[in-house]
Amino acid sequence: MLPPDEPTAEIACTVNGEAIHTQVPLRRSLVDWLRHDVGLTGSHVGCEHGVCGACHVRVDGQVVRGCLMLAVQADGATVETIEGARDPLTLALQDAFFHHAALQCGFCTPGMILQAAELLAQHPAPTRAEVREALSGNYCRCTGYQPIVDAVMAVSAILPAK
Amino acid sequence: MKPARFDYARPATLAEALALLAKPDTAVLAGGQSLMPMMNLRVARPARLVDINRLPLGEIALGNGVLRIGALARHAAVLASPLVAQAAPLLPQALAQVAHAAIRNRGTLGGSLSLADPAAELPACMLALDATLVAASAARGERRIAASAFFHGLYSTALEPDELLLRAELPAAAPGWRYAFLELARRHGDFAMAGLALALGPGAARLALCGVEAGQRRQPAAEAALAAGDLPAAIAALGTAEAMDSPDLPAAQRVHLAQVLLRRAFQQIGAAHAAA
Repeated sequence: MLPPDEPTAEIACTVNGEAIHTQVPLRRSLVDWLRHDVGLTGSHVGCEHGVCGACHVRVDGQVVRGCLMLAVQADGATVETIEGARDPLTLALQDAFFHHAALQCGFCTPGMILQAAELLAQHPAPTRAEVREALSGNYCRCTGYQPIVDAVMAVSAILPAK
Repeated sequence: MKPARFDYARPATLAEALALLAKPDTAVLAGGQSLMPMMNLRVARPARLVDINRLPLGEIALGNGVLRIGALARHAAVLASPLVAQAAPLLPQALAQVAHAAIRNRGTLGGSLSLADPAAELPACMLALDATLVAASAARGERRIAASAFFHGLYSTALEPDELLLRAELPAAAPGWRYAFLELARRHGDFAMAGLALALGPGAARLALCGVEAGQRRQPAAEAALAAGDLPAAIAALGTAEAMDSPDLPAAQRVHLAQVLLRRAFQQIGAAHAAA
Protein backbone atom coordinates (compact mmCIF):
# COMPACT_ATOMS: atom_id res chain seq x y z
CA MET A 1 0.00 0.00 0.00
CA LEU A 2 1.25 3.51 0.70
CA PRO A 3 4.87 3.86 1.83
CA PRO A 4 5.58 4.41 5.56
CA ASP A 5 6.75 8.00 5.03
CA GLU A 6 3.48 8.98 3.32
CA PRO A 7 2.43 12.50 4.39
CA THR A 8 -0.77 12.60 6.43
CA ALA A 9 -3.12 15.13 7.97
CA GLU A 10 -5.43 15.04 10.94
CA ILE A 11 -9.19 14.99 10.37
CA ALA A 12 -12.26 14.87 12.58
CA CYS A 13 -15.55 13.88 11.02
CA THR A 14 -18.67 11.82 11.57
CA VAL A 15 -19.14 8.59 9.64
CA ASN A 16 -22.54 6.91 9.93
CA GLY A 17 -23.15 8.70 13.20
CA GLU A 18 -19.80 7.79 14.75
CA ALA A 19 -17.26 10.52 15.51
CA ILE A 20 -13.84 9.72 14.07
CA HIS A 21 -10.61 11.57 14.83
CA THR A 22 -7.66 10.24 12.90
CA GLN A 23 -4.71 10.77 10.56
CA VAL A 24 -5.31 10.21 6.85
CA PRO A 25 -2.80 10.01 4.01
CA LEU A 26 -3.10 13.21 1.96
CA ARG A 27 -3.61 11.42 -1.33
CA ARG A 28 -6.13 8.85 -0.10
CA SER A 29 -9.58 9.27 -1.65
CA LEU A 30 -12.61 9.41 0.59
CA VAL A 31 -13.89 6.06 -0.67
CA ASP A 32 -10.52 4.33 -0.25
CA TRP A 33 -10.31 5.67 3.30
CA LEU A 34 -13.84 4.48 4.11
CA ARG A 35 -13.07 1.03 2.75
CA HIS A 36 -9.48 0.42 3.85
CA ASP A 37 -9.23 2.41 7.08
CA VAL A 38 -12.78 2.63 8.44
CA GLY A 39 -13.72 -0.84 7.19
CA LEU A 40 -16.92 0.19 5.42
CA THR A 41 -16.80 -1.80 2.20
CA GLY A 42 -20.35 -1.05 1.02
CA SER A 43 -19.13 1.79 -1.19
CA HIS A 44 -17.36 0.31 -4.18
CA VAL A 45 -14.39 1.46 -6.24
CA GLY A 46 -14.94 1.11 -9.96
CA CYS A 47 -13.43 3.57 -12.39
CA GLU A 48 -11.63 5.95 -9.97
CA HIS A 49 -12.22 8.88 -12.28
CA GLY A 50 -15.80 9.89 -11.64
CA VAL A 51 -17.56 7.99 -14.41
CA CYS A 52 -19.22 4.91 -12.90
CA GLY A 53 -20.93 6.04 -9.68
CA ALA A 54 -20.15 2.88 -7.68
CA CYS A 55 -18.36 4.98 -5.02
CA HIS A 56 -21.29 7.26 -4.16
CA VAL A 57 -21.50 8.38 -0.53
CA ARG A 58 -23.35 11.22 1.17
CA VAL A 59 -21.30 14.14 2.44
CA ASP A 60 -23.28 16.67 4.48
CA GLY A 61 -26.46 15.19 3.05
CA GLN A 62 -25.47 15.35 -0.62
CA VAL A 63 -24.52 12.43 -2.83
CA VAL A 64 -20.96 12.77 -4.14
CA ARG A 65 -18.38 10.70 -5.99
CA GLY A 66 -16.26 9.15 -3.24
CA CYS A 67 -13.34 8.73 -5.64
CA LEU A 68 -13.20 12.45 -6.49
CA MET A 69 -13.03 13.74 -2.95
CA LEU A 70 -9.97 13.36 -0.75
CA ALA A 71 -10.40 11.88 2.70
CA VAL A 72 -8.67 14.97 4.11
CA GLN A 73 -11.52 17.04 2.67
CA ALA A 74 -14.01 15.20 4.88
CA ASP A 75 -12.61 17.08 7.89
CA GLY A 76 -15.61 18.57 9.70
CA ALA A 77 -18.10 16.77 7.47
CA THR A 78 -20.91 14.33 8.13
CA VAL A 79 -20.38 11.27 5.94
CA GLU A 80 -22.97 8.58 5.34
CA THR A 81 -22.37 5.35 3.45
CA ILE A 82 -24.88 2.74 2.34
CA GLU A 83 -24.24 0.92 5.64
CA GLY A 84 -25.43 3.95 7.62
CA ALA A 85 -28.20 5.24 5.36
CA ARG A 86 -31.29 4.21 7.32
CA ASP A 87 -33.73 6.85 6.08
CA PRO A 88 -37.15 5.56 4.95
CA LEU A 89 -36.45 6.23 1.25
CA THR A 90 -33.24 4.22 1.28
CA LEU A 91 -34.90 1.34 3.12
CA ALA A 92 -37.85 1.36 0.72
CA LEU A 93 -35.47 1.38 -2.27
CA GLN A 94 -33.46 -1.53 -0.87
CA ASP A 95 -36.68 -3.51 -0.55
CA ALA A 96 -37.87 -2.52 -4.04
CA PHE A 97 -34.50 -3.38 -5.64
CA PHE A 98 -34.81 -6.85 -4.10
CA HIS A 99 -38.41 -7.39 -5.21
CA HIS A 100 -37.84 -6.11 -8.75
CA ALA A 101 -34.56 -8.01 -9.22
CA ALA A 102 -32.90 -4.66 -9.85
CA LEU A 103 -29.45 -6.10 -9.17
CA GLN A 104 -27.41 -9.09 -10.16
CA CYS A 105 -23.80 -8.74 -9.02
CA GLY A 106 -24.64 -5.81 -6.73
CA PHE A 107 -21.52 -3.78 -7.46
CA CYS A 108 -23.44 -0.69 -8.59
CA THR A 109 -26.35 -1.09 -6.16
CA PRO A 110 -25.20 1.07 -3.21
CA GLY A 111 -24.47 3.98 -5.54
CA MET A 112 -27.73 3.48 -7.41
CA ILE A 113 -29.77 3.45 -4.21
CA LEU A 114 -28.16 6.56 -2.73
CA GLN A 115 -28.64 8.44 -6.02
CA ALA A 116 -32.25 7.26 -6.38
CA ALA A 117 -32.98 8.29 -2.79
CA GLU A 118 -31.67 11.79 -3.49
CA LEU A 119 -33.86 11.99 -6.60
CA LEU A 120 -37.02 10.89 -4.76
CA ALA A 121 -36.30 13.25 -1.86
CA GLN A 122 -36.21 16.16 -4.34
CA HIS A 123 -38.80 14.88 -6.86
CA PRO A 124 -41.16 12.31 -5.34
CA ALA A 125 -43.00 11.71 -8.64
CA PRO A 126 -40.45 11.51 -11.47
CA THR A 127 -41.18 10.12 -14.92
CA ARG A 128 -39.23 7.09 -16.12
CA ALA A 129 -37.16 9.43 -18.29
CA GLU A 130 -36.34 11.56 -15.24
CA VAL A 131 -35.29 8.46 -13.30
CA ARG A 132 -32.99 7.45 -16.15
CA GLU A 133 -31.52 10.96 -16.30
CA ALA A 134 -30.95 11.01 -12.53
CA LEU A 135 -29.18 7.62 -12.71
CA SER A 136 -27.24 8.47 -15.89
CA GLY A 137 -24.05 8.79 -13.83
CA ASN A 138 -24.37 5.28 -12.37
CA TYR A 139 -23.25 2.36 -14.51
CA CYS A 140 -24.84 -1.08 -14.25
CA ARG A 141 -23.36 -3.84 -16.41
CA CYS A 142 -25.85 -6.56 -15.40
CA THR A 143 -29.47 -5.52 -15.47
CA GLY A 144 -29.93 -3.34 -18.54
CA TYR A 145 -31.39 -0.73 -16.17
CA GLN A 146 -35.04 -1.63 -16.83
CA PRO A 147 -35.67 -3.30 -13.42
CA ILE A 148 -33.73 -0.50 -11.69
CA VAL A 149 -36.10 2.09 -13.13
CA ASP A 150 -39.02 -0.22 -12.21
CA ALA A 151 -37.83 -0.33 -8.60
CA VAL A 152 -37.45 3.45 -8.31
CA MET A 153 -40.88 4.00 -9.89
CA ALA A 154 -42.40 1.48 -7.47
CA VAL A 155 -41.10 3.46 -4.49
CA SER A 156 -42.24 6.71 -6.10
CA ALA A 157 -45.75 5.25 -6.44
CA ILE A 158 -46.11 4.82 -2.68
CA LEU A 159 -44.78 8.30 -1.80
CA PRO A 160 -47.14 11.15 -1.03
CA ALA A 161 -46.98 13.80 -3.78
CA LYS A 162 -44.91 16.86 -2.79
CA MET B 1 -5.12 4.64 -10.26
CA LYS B 2 -4.02 6.81 -7.38
CA PRO B 3 -2.67 10.35 -7.57
CA ALA B 4 1.02 11.06 -7.21
CA ARG B 5 2.13 12.69 -3.96
CA PHE B 6 1.26 16.31 -3.34
CA ASP B 7 1.34 18.85 -0.54
CA TYR B 8 -2.03 20.03 0.64
CA ALA B 9 -3.17 23.30 2.16
CA ARG B 10 -6.66 24.41 3.11
CA PRO B 11 -6.53 28.16 3.66
CA ALA B 12 -9.25 29.83 5.71
CA THR B 13 -8.90 33.26 4.11
CA LEU B 14 -8.56 34.59 0.59
CA ALA B 15 -5.29 36.36 1.47
CA GLU B 16 -3.82 33.06 2.66
CA ALA B 17 -5.02 31.27 -0.48
CA LEU B 18 -3.52 33.89 -2.81
CA ALA B 19 -0.19 33.77 -0.96
CA LEU B 20 -0.11 29.98 -1.43
CA LEU B 21 -0.94 30.31 -5.14
CA ALA B 22 2.18 32.43 -5.65
CA LYS B 23 4.25 29.25 -5.21
CA PRO B 24 5.14 27.37 -8.41
CA ASP B 25 3.40 24.17 -9.55
CA THR B 26 0.34 24.78 -7.41
CA ALA B 27 -3.18 23.74 -8.43
CA VAL B 28 -6.44 25.07 -7.05
CA LEU B 29 -8.75 22.35 -5.73
CA ALA B 30 -12.37 23.51 -5.91
CA GLY B 31 -15.01 20.85 -6.69
CA GLY B 32 -12.33 18.46 -7.91
CA GLN B 33 -14.61 16.91 -10.52
CA SER B 34 -12.02 17.41 -13.29
CA LEU B 35 -8.79 17.88 -11.33
CA MET B 36 -9.11 14.68 -9.29
CA PRO B 37 -9.74 12.45 -12.35
CA MET B 38 -6.75 14.09 -14.05
CA MET B 39 -4.63 13.47 -10.94
CA ASN B 40 -5.88 9.89 -10.57
CA LEU B 41 -4.95 9.28 -14.20
CA ARG B 42 -1.69 11.17 -13.53
CA VAL B 43 -2.35 13.47 -16.45
CA ALA B 44 -1.95 16.18 -13.79
CA ARG B 45 0.76 15.97 -11.10
CA PRO B 46 0.75 19.28 -9.23
CA ALA B 47 3.31 19.58 -6.42
CA ARG B 48 0.73 21.15 -4.14
CA LEU B 49 -3.01 21.61 -3.87
CA VAL B 50 -4.66 24.69 -2.46
CA ASP B 51 -8.12 23.54 -1.36
CA ILE B 52 -10.35 26.62 -1.53
CA ASN B 53 -13.49 24.91 -0.24
CA ARG B 54 -13.37 26.81 3.07
CA LEU B 55 -13.34 30.23 1.39
CA PRO B 56 -16.60 32.22 1.31
CA LEU B 57 -16.84 32.27 -2.49
CA GLY B 58 -20.11 30.43 -3.07
CA GLU B 59 -22.55 33.32 -2.92
CA ILE B 60 -25.21 33.98 -5.56
CA ALA B 61 -26.56 37.55 -5.41
CA LEU B 62 -28.55 39.87 -7.61
CA GLY B 63 -28.31 43.67 -7.30
CA ASN B 64 -28.22 46.76 -9.51
CA GLY B 65 -29.01 44.69 -12.58
CA VAL B 66 -25.99 42.41 -12.08
CA LEU B 67 -26.06 38.74 -11.11
CA ARG B 68 -22.95 37.74 -9.15
CA ILE B 69 -22.10 34.04 -8.89
CA GLY B 70 -19.18 33.11 -6.65
CA ALA B 71 -16.51 30.83 -8.07
CA LEU B 72 -17.32 28.14 -5.48
CA ALA B 73 -21.04 28.05 -6.28
CA ARG B 74 -21.82 24.38 -6.98
CA HIS B 75 -23.55 23.52 -10.25
CA ALA B 76 -26.50 22.09 -8.28
CA ALA B 77 -26.89 25.37 -6.34
CA VAL B 78 -26.77 27.51 -9.48
CA LEU B 79 -29.21 25.15 -11.19
CA ALA B 80 -31.69 25.44 -8.30
CA SER B 81 -31.30 29.18 -7.68
CA PRO B 82 -34.45 31.29 -8.29
CA LEU B 83 -32.19 34.35 -8.72
CA VAL B 84 -30.32 32.63 -11.55
CA ALA B 85 -33.57 31.46 -13.17
CA GLN B 86 -34.79 35.06 -13.10
CA ALA B 87 -31.62 36.92 -14.14
CA ALA B 88 -29.79 34.35 -16.30
CA PRO B 89 -32.33 31.83 -17.62
CA LEU B 90 -29.69 30.46 -20.02
CA LEU B 91 -27.72 28.95 -17.13
CA PRO B 92 -30.31 26.45 -15.83
CA GLN B 93 -30.85 25.26 -19.42
CA ALA B 94 -27.11 24.63 -19.73
CA LEU B 95 -26.51 23.22 -16.24
CA ALA B 96 -29.17 20.56 -16.71
CA GLN B 97 -26.82 19.15 -19.37
CA VAL B 98 -23.68 19.31 -17.21
CA ALA B 99 -22.55 15.82 -16.18
CA HIS B 100 -24.59 13.96 -13.56
CA ALA B 101 -26.32 14.82 -10.28
CA ALA B 102 -23.48 13.72 -7.98
CA ILE B 103 -20.96 15.68 -10.03
CA ARG B 104 -23.20 18.76 -10.03
CA ASN B 105 -23.29 18.52 -6.21
CA ARG B 106 -19.52 19.14 -6.08
CA GLY B 107 -18.48 20.81 -9.34
CA THR B 108 -18.14 24.60 -9.29
CA LEU B 109 -18.64 27.49 -11.68
CA GLY B 110 -15.12 28.75 -11.10
CA GLY B 111 -13.59 25.34 -11.67
CA SER B 112 -15.33 24.88 -15.00
CA LEU B 113 -14.38 28.36 -16.23
CA SER B 114 -10.76 28.11 -15.03
CA LEU B 115 -10.25 24.73 -16.68
CA ALA B 116 -11.72 25.86 -20.04
CA ASP B 117 -12.46 22.38 -21.33
CA PRO B 118 -13.54 22.75 -24.98
CA ALA B 119 -16.68 20.67 -24.33
CA ALA B 120 -17.72 22.53 -21.17
CA GLU B 121 -21.07 24.29 -21.21
CA LEU B 122 -20.35 27.17 -18.84
CA PRO B 123 -17.64 28.98 -20.84
CA ALA B 124 -20.04 29.21 -23.81
CA CYS B 125 -22.71 30.59 -21.46
CA MET B 126 -20.35 33.25 -20.08
CA LEU B 127 -19.61 34.35 -23.66
CA ALA B 128 -23.27 34.43 -24.69
CA LEU B 129 -24.22 36.32 -21.52
CA ASP B 130 -21.39 38.85 -21.89
CA ALA B 131 -20.09 38.06 -18.41
CA THR B 132 -17.24 39.78 -16.62
CA LEU B 133 -14.92 37.47 -14.70
CA VAL B 134 -13.23 38.80 -11.59
CA ALA B 135 -9.89 37.31 -10.54
CA ALA B 136 -7.39 38.17 -7.82
CA SER B 137 -3.72 37.62 -7.08
CA ALA B 138 -1.58 38.50 -4.07
CA ALA B 139 0.82 40.57 -6.16
CA ARG B 140 -1.58 42.56 -8.32
CA GLY B 141 -4.91 42.54 -6.49
CA GLU B 142 -8.25 42.19 -8.27
CA ARG B 143 -8.82 42.56 -11.96
CA ARG B 144 -11.87 42.27 -14.18
CA ILE B 145 -11.71 40.30 -17.43
CA ALA B 146 -14.42 40.28 -20.10
CA ALA B 147 -15.48 36.73 -20.94
CA SER B 148 -14.57 37.45 -24.57
CA ALA B 149 -10.95 38.03 -23.45
CA PHE B 150 -10.84 35.26 -20.83
CA PHE B 151 -10.83 32.05 -22.90
CA HIS B 152 -7.62 31.61 -24.86
CA GLY B 153 -8.05 28.15 -26.36
CA LEU B 154 -7.72 24.53 -25.33
CA TYR B 155 -7.52 24.46 -21.48
CA SER B 156 -6.12 27.98 -21.61
CA THR B 157 -7.42 31.18 -20.03
CA ALA B 158 -6.30 34.71 -19.20
CA LEU B 159 -5.67 33.61 -15.60
CA GLU B 160 -2.04 33.83 -14.47
CA PRO B 161 -0.70 30.88 -12.42
CA ASP B 162 -0.94 32.95 -9.21
CA GLU B 163 -4.49 34.15 -9.88
CA LEU B 164 -7.74 32.81 -8.47
CA LEU B 165 -11.12 33.34 -10.10
CA LEU B 166 -13.43 34.92 -7.52
CA ARG B 167 -16.76 35.31 -9.30
CA ALA B 168 -18.64 35.89 -12.51
CA GLU B 169 -20.74 39.01 -12.97
CA LEU B 170 -23.59 38.76 -15.46
CA PRO B 171 -25.82 41.56 -16.68
CA ALA B 172 -29.34 40.52 -15.67
CA ALA B 173 -31.58 39.38 -18.52
CA ALA B 174 -33.02 42.46 -20.23
CA PRO B 175 -36.59 42.73 -21.54
CA GLY B 176 -36.91 41.48 -25.11
CA TRP B 177 -33.98 39.04 -24.83
CA ARG B 178 -34.44 35.30 -25.19
CA TYR B 179 -32.01 32.51 -24.44
CA ALA B 180 -31.45 28.97 -25.62
CA PHE B 181 -28.87 26.36 -24.69
CA LEU B 182 -28.92 23.18 -26.75
CA GLU B 183 -26.52 20.27 -26.75
CA LEU B 184 -26.02 16.92 -28.43
CA ALA B 185 -24.26 14.18 -26.48
CA ARG B 186 -24.19 10.43 -26.92
CA ARG B 187 -25.88 9.99 -23.53
CA HIS B 188 -27.28 12.59 -21.17
CA GLY B 189 -24.41 14.05 -19.17
CA ASP B 190 -21.65 12.89 -21.51
CA PHE B 191 -19.25 15.39 -23.04
CA ALA B 192 -20.93 17.45 -25.73
CA MET B 193 -20.42 16.47 -29.37
CA ALA B 194 -21.71 19.97 -30.01
CA GLY B 195 -23.39 22.56 -27.84
CA LEU B 196 -24.66 26.05 -28.44
CA ALA B 197 -25.46 29.04 -26.22
CA LEU B 198 -27.56 31.72 -27.86
CA ALA B 199 -28.80 35.06 -26.57
CA LEU B 200 -31.11 36.85 -28.95
CA GLY B 201 -32.24 40.42 -28.36
CA PRO B 202 -33.80 43.23 -30.36
CA GLY B 203 -31.42 43.65 -33.32
CA ALA B 204 -28.61 41.87 -31.49
CA ALA B 205 -27.33 38.35 -30.87
CA ARG B 206 -24.56 36.63 -28.93
CA LEU B 207 -23.58 33.10 -29.86
CA ALA B 208 -20.92 30.69 -28.60
CA LEU B 209 -20.32 26.98 -29.20
CA CYS B 210 -18.95 24.24 -26.99
CA GLY B 211 -17.56 20.88 -28.01
CA VAL B 212 -16.84 22.18 -31.50
CA GLU B 213 -13.75 24.41 -31.57
CA ALA B 214 -10.74 23.80 -29.32
CA GLY B 215 -11.10 27.27 -27.84
CA GLN B 216 -14.47 28.76 -27.02
CA ARG B 217 -15.24 32.17 -28.49
CA ARG B 218 -18.08 34.33 -29.76
CA GLN B 219 -19.11 33.71 -33.38
CA PRO B 220 -19.28 37.29 -34.77
CA ALA B 221 -20.28 36.46 -38.36
CA ALA B 222 -23.16 34.24 -37.29
CA GLU B 223 -24.16 36.81 -34.64
CA ALA B 224 -24.36 39.58 -37.25
CA ALA B 225 -26.58 37.44 -39.48
CA LEU B 226 -28.84 36.50 -36.54
CA ALA B 227 -29.11 40.15 -35.51
CA ALA B 228 -30.39 40.84 -39.02
CA GLY B 229 -32.85 37.94 -38.73
CA ASP B 230 -31.06 35.97 -41.46
CA LEU B 231 -30.96 32.38 -40.19
CA PRO B 232 -29.59 30.78 -43.41
CA ALA B 233 -26.67 33.22 -43.44
CA ALA B 234 -26.00 32.52 -39.76
CA ILE B 235 -25.99 28.77 -40.38
CA ALA B 236 -23.65 29.26 -43.34
CA ALA B 237 -21.36 31.42 -41.20
CA LEU B 238 -20.93 28.56 -38.69
CA GLY B 239 -19.57 26.51 -41.61
CA THR B 240 -16.23 28.28 -41.17
CA ALA B 241 -15.83 27.08 -37.55
CA GLU B 242 -12.44 25.44 -36.99
CA ALA B 243 -13.81 22.29 -35.43
CA MET B 244 -11.84 19.68 -33.52
CA ASP B 245 -11.24 16.49 -35.43
CA SER B 246 -11.26 13.01 -33.95
CA PRO B 247 -11.70 9.54 -35.42
CA ASP B 248 -15.11 9.09 -33.79
CA LEU B 249 -16.34 12.56 -34.66
CA PRO B 250 -14.82 14.28 -37.72
CA ALA B 251 -14.63 18.07 -37.79
CA ALA B 252 -17.23 18.34 -40.54
CA GLN B 253 -19.72 16.40 -38.44
CA ARG B 254 -19.23 18.65 -35.42
CA VAL B 255 -19.82 21.68 -37.62
CA HIS B 256 -22.94 20.06 -39.06
CA LEU B 257 -24.27 19.35 -35.54
CA ALA B 258 -23.61 22.97 -34.53
CA GLN B 259 -25.58 24.13 -37.56
CA VAL B 260 -28.47 21.81 -36.68
CA LEU B 261 -28.46 23.17 -33.13
CA LEU B 262 -28.49 26.76 -34.38
CA ARG B 263 -31.55 26.07 -36.52
CA ARG B 264 -33.32 24.41 -33.57
CA ALA B 265 -32.37 27.20 -31.18
CA PHE B 266 -33.58 29.85 -33.59
CA GLN B 267 -36.83 27.98 -34.12
CA GLN B 268 -37.22 27.74 -30.35
CA ILE B 269 -36.66 31.41 -29.51
CA GLY B 270 -36.19 33.33 -32.76
CA ALA B 271 -39.69 32.76 -34.11
CA ALA B 272 -41.23 33.80 -30.82
CA HIS B 273 -38.92 36.78 -30.87
CA ALA B 274 -39.98 37.87 -34.35
CA ALA B 275 -43.64 37.55 -33.32
CA ALA B 276 -43.15 39.67 -30.19
